[in-house]
Amino acid sequence: MNCASEQNGLSSQSDASQNARLPSFNVAVTSGTFAAREAIGMLMEKLSPLQLDIEESGTFELVVAEALNNVVEHGYPDPANCGPIKINCTHKSNGLHVHIVDQGLPMPDGKTPLGLAAEVDVDFMDMPEGGFGWFLIKDLAKDVQYERQGDKNCLRLRVAIAMNATAH
Amino acid sequence: MELSSRTENSFKIVSVQGSRIDAAVAIEFKDAMRAQSDGGPDTVILDLSEVEFIDSSGLGAIVAAMKHIGPDRTLALAGLTPTVDKVFRLTRMDSVFSLFSTLEGALDELRV
Repeated sequence: MNCASEQNGLSSQSDASQNARLPSFNVAVTSGTFAAREAIGMLMEKLSPLQLDIEESGTFELVVAEALNNVVEHGYPDPANCGPIKINCTHKSNGLHVHIVDQGLPMPDGKTPLGLAAEVDVDFMDMPEGGFGWFLIKDLAKDVQYERQGDKNCLRLRVAIAMNATAH
Repeated sequence: MELSSRTENSFKIVSVQGSRIDAAVAIEFKDAMRAQSDGGPDTVILDLSEVEFIDSSGLGAIVAAMKHIGPDRTLALAGLTPTVDKVFRLTRMDSVFSLFSTLEGALDELRV
């Protein structure tokens, strides 16, 4: 699969329903403390024609925030070595498809963490303060796929919202 | 990330003056909570009613704040907006904290 390639799935739709969808769009930021916040601000603005409800926008925001936090924290761990993060978002009949590309360090073992739920039935001082990120991504997003392509990380996922929404 | 606090009915109420507790401010939040919650009443109520979004870093910072406050004192969370509530439910942290939908509700319930 190519990073830049479009996934199929639009071919069976009529022109009318395609027109009602939000056109695919891109957002680009540079890694750093405020990268995720900045990208989410731009994404949510571009998604505003879909008039997502609070439940849907919260789900989308969480998934994207956790994915971007991961890129900033582990992909570009050295604050002196920032790099680009590019996000494509495509509105399809089965939800919002998000494609995140960065040129940071690869995922360990070439795959995403399992994202198991953190254990909360533990002693007070052993309460987890981290390890929630991938759990939230895998719980809230569908079709999470990671691929290292040359010097790029490509993370694809789908958030199953706005399926019947039309752009206003 | 600003926090303001007051003491009311023998509770320490710490209010977050910001709409996001995310990776960008998680450490700042943790330090500010530490400063606000040291000493004082046994029950600390964190008023999250202005917070619209929290990510896993923010959640971790709240857990760290709870640990800092210690097992002999209580950290209750009040005023959870929909997305904040979702994060607590999904991670099962709703079973660890006392959660209240409003600050008034928390004050009523926690009053001995």
